[in-house]
Amino acid sequence: MKPAPFAYYAPTTLDEALSLLSEHGYDAKVLAGGQSLVPMMNFRIAQPAVLVDINNISDLAYINAEEGGVRVGALTRHHQSETSPVMARHAPLIYSTMPKIAYPQVRTRGTFGGSLSHADPSAELPTLTTTLDAKFRLVSQRGERWVSASEFFIGLYTTALEPDEILVEGFVPELPPRSGWSLQEVNRRKHDFALAGVAAVLTLDESGICQDARLVFLSVGDRPMYAERASNLLKGQTLTPEAIRAATELATTEEIDPGDDIHATADFRRHLAKTLCQRAIEQAHQRAQGKQ
Amino acid sequence: MDKRLIGKRVVRNEDPRLLTGQAQYVDDVNLPNMAHAAMFRSEYAHARIRSIDVSKARAHSGVIAVYTAEDMGADCYPGPPLVSPPPTVKDVIFNSRRQVPLVKDKIRHAGEIIAVVIAETRYIAEDALDLIEIEYEPLPVVADIEKALEPNSPLVHDDLDSNLAAHLVQKKGDYESARASADVIIQRRFTIERGTAAAMENRGIVAQWDAKSEALTVWDTTQAPIPIRNGLAARLGLSESKVRVIAPFIGGGFGPKIMMFYSEEMLVPWLAIKLNRPVKWIEDRRENFYATTQERGQVHEVEMAFTRDGKILGIKDDFIHDTGAYDPYGLTTPLNTQSHVMGGYDIPNFTSEFRVAFTNKTIVTPMRGAGRPHGIYVIERMMDIAAKELGIDRVEIRRRNLIKPDAFPYEHGIIDQAFAPLIFDSGNYEAVLNETLKAVGYEKFIKEEQPRYRAEGRRVGIGVLPFIETTGVGPYEGARVTVEASGKIAVATGVGTQGQGHFTSFAQVVAEQLGVDVTDVRITTGDSAHFNWGTGTFASRGAVVAGNAMHAAATMVRKKILKLASKVLNAPEEELELEDGMVRVADIPQSSISLSDLAALANPLRGAVEPGTEPGLEATAYYGPQYGPTAFGVHAMIAEIDPETMMIKILRYVVTEDCGTILNPLILEGQIHGGVALGLGNAYYEKLHFDENAQLLNASFMDYLLVGSTEMPRIEVHHLETRSPLNELGTKGVGEAGAIPVPALFAQTMEDALYDYNLEIRETPLNPNRLFEIARKEKTA
Repeated sequence: MKPAPFAYYAPTTLDEALSLLSEHGYDAKVLAGGQSLVPMMNFRIAQPAVLVDINNISDLAYINAEEGGVRVGALTRHHQSETSPVMARHAPLIYSTMPKIAYPQVRTRGTFGGSLSHADPSAELPTLTTTLDAKFRLVSQRGERWVSASEFFIGLYTTALEPDEILVEGFVPELPPRSGWSLQEVNRRKHDFALAGVAAVLTLDESGICQDARLVFLSVGDRPMYAERASNLLKGQTLTPEAIRAATELATTEEIDPGDDIHATADFRRHLAKTLCQRAIEQAHQRAQGKQ
Repeated sequence: MDKRLIGKRVVRNEDPRLLTGQAQYVDDVNLPNMAHAAMFRSEYAHARIRSIDVSKARAHSGVIAVYTAEDMGADCYPGPPLVSPPPTVKDVIFNSRRQVPLVKDKIRHAGEIIAVVIAETRYIAEDALDLIEIEYEPLPVVADIEKALEPNSPLVHDDLDSNLAAHLVQKKGDYESARASADVIIQRRFTIERGTAAAMENRGIVAQWDAKSEALTVWDTTQAPIPIRNGLAARLGLSESKVRVIAPFIGGGFGPKIMMFYSEEMLVPWLAIKLNRPVKWIEDRRENFYATTQERGQVHEVEMAFTRDGKILGIKDDFIHDTGAYDPYGLTTPLNTQSHVMGGYDIPNFTSEFRVAFTNKTIVTPMRGAGRPHGIYVIERMMDIAAKELGIDRVEIRRRNLIKPDAFPYEHGIIDQAFAPLIFDSGNYEAVLNETLKAVGYEKFIKEEQPRYRAEGRRVGIGVLPFIETTGVGPYEGARVTVEASGKIAVATGVGTQGQGHFTSFAQVVAEQLGVDVTDVRITTGDSAHFNWGTGTFASRGAVVAGNAMHAAATMVRKKILKLASKVLNAPEEELELEDGMVRVADIPQSSISLSDLAALANPLRGAVEPGTEPGLEATAYYGPQYGPTAFGVHAMIAEIDPETMMIKILRYVVTEDCGTILNPLILEGQIHGGVALGLGNAYYEKLHFDENAQLLNASFMDYLLVGSTEMPRIEVHHLETRSPLNELGTKGVGEAGAIPVPALFAQTMEDALYDYNLEIRETPLNPNRLFEIARKEKTA
């Protein structure tokens, strides 16, 4: 379990890194926290000819509060997000989910940008950023662009990133008042990838009617699965048990695409998604009512 | 002052070294000019090798050599049988087929070695593996143990008529007539699937050849350094005294590290001699999943005969045991299963027939539990089913059948894994059960707590069940105890160690006899240069077999000390006391001599050692039991399950263990904690998933789910001590105990928790998905 030979660069500026990516294109891989890439290289599943290590670029790790949300640098370690008061205040869904991502050793190294760029459909951050309608700034020598999370995640380990681009930061909008959130997942062991999971955010109007809702599933498709129709079904409704059940039913029968593997059948995953979706909406509803 | 050291919670002598990273493991051995080996392993589970082309690998920069079976020539022959089949049973069939260093013609499991690359670094060696080209002819695969024995199955070994590796029947009493007189007959089928031991340290070998003195030194992660030395000497045509095998600190063995000889164990020393260079091979985790032996695959068809009031009249158990591609370890595991399928119960009539099947999977050899959990799973599941069918409380039906304290020694009339008669030496089974019920609060839970949980809609179940563990088998171990001139005690044994705390528990045994501090006893184990007689650490036998050898040697040294001190201090031996490294005359503290001074007197530089005596304060002793002692325990668990997600939370875990005399409760409890962790893995987490082509689908720790600290419950351990009459110390083994009852206990607890689902669990390991399927099926049935 030793990696195949590769050339290694450790640029200290973003410009240098972008120039290396521009030069090597598909042959290059960006190394951030390395918590997925390095094991894949050791298994020789990934054999990049060139590794561009961005850990020495110092100005890419930050969590800053801004008008309407929080700006998170690509090299922000999960551990920083987990312990950041700014994150706790402005993106409590991300903040409170952090301890569910793997275990402390992984969170010490793993990064915000790395997890998003890797785009594992079982990872939490892609789902959370999709749920919160975050957007990402992608930079290359050709210029920069902002892409929304929903457009960024394309498929299994596949994103909108071009080979010469780096995701340098994300912007996570803050939830409006009377909003509630929840992340529910089932893991075999505390630190495992979820067998199934769902994030829910809800915003109520002053009379308690659901104004806005977003339900996004993880581990039950090739990317974060945004249940748009079920989310829309909740809007304009009083969240009665029947309303919650109906949205759950729609989301988990028509808007997810679970697969079979050794840990769970598609059937069981769908069952879990259903159970969890109901629990997530209920919890988000409670929070939106200020009950938790 | 209490002079007893045996039974004390002494902290471990070895921990400072281990905790500060100073303990030497095989991978810490780095020698000048050392080369690194990497193995080319078959992707296929069953295939004929059409051609092998290693020319590109040989030409790769940094590669020293590449060997195939053809290059190895006459030196490429199978390893020796590790355990021969039992001679004492009639009509036994046993087809011995053993692994080779390098495969020449036919691959029999994925991961078998076809070629070895030796290079300047492991990185280069692995790069060169990618350059080896093999042309395979894939063959139909034998993946399922039941299909393996069907008449039209493809053959793992073409020279045999079938995949039958072994067949053996053992009987006690007359099951058929017991059946005829029974009120109730219960029949069930149980399946148990494979897991892996997953020691933290993978295997590794470093071999160094000194051509000038024709001496070979091998560092090996083996549980059996002395047999490895003897076998290597024979294989390589060297004198045993010229081969030194060192098994240094080992990061867990759990059984698979006593498989002999692994292909790599035959290869690496041979390569070191061939190349006249030190060679290192360290197994990586992926290799470990394919190449290190595994266990647990069995299918049982069981029948039990009961009276209406729950008395067991007899049991009939027919099972198939998966041995994988070869059977170097004989019948140890299925014999253990047979020895445990009657549990701790008084069962007059017993018939058990097993068939061992060759399959295209990794070799099976004993792994912590070693067939015992299977036997306990079968009997304890049957007891639960019987309790339900007969309407008797599950604790009560067990109580009625446990062997009574006055029935020991309890002779079963069959043979055990060591081919010795299966005799339970001693025990107080019902007392252990009562202690556990009290500790877990069984009555209160059933009567008060559980109804309350159920009223709240929570599904919380309790499980309680007993198990036996046959331990401490022969043939023997030895120890040499020496009082050194410093007054410190040097002890050498050949048993080997893999993390069980031998540097402390053995030291306690010796220190108690010699009146010294435990830290003043220095144990050397696993180095054939220091002690070259012994078998190894396996079968829960260290404390019993090596422990009693220690005790015997220490007792002899104590006698020598007393004899000499009596002369020096001019006092009768019976008035002497050994304490604090001194020999004192009782009641006259000023009349004393230190062990250091006494050691010097016993080994003088001038003068004479008296005729008929030996120099020094030293003795060597051996202990070999006629048969092993049998330990007993009861585990209890209270666990909650979410029936929608099948996620569990273990609220209480209580163990009462009776393994005879306790040497060190701290170490004993550690053994139990580790055993329970494996047991929980075997119950709900750990399963090797093979597909229909015998390809392993989860060869990494991402997908093979080991129980971690976040899954482990707090374990409360209680002790009873029913001394074994078989040995001086009164010890029984405990190394495997923790793992044995857990899958059966887990099943019972889940059935109780999911009471309204009317579950019957007949397989292990389970997982949430499987439990969901069973629950849904039973609920709709």
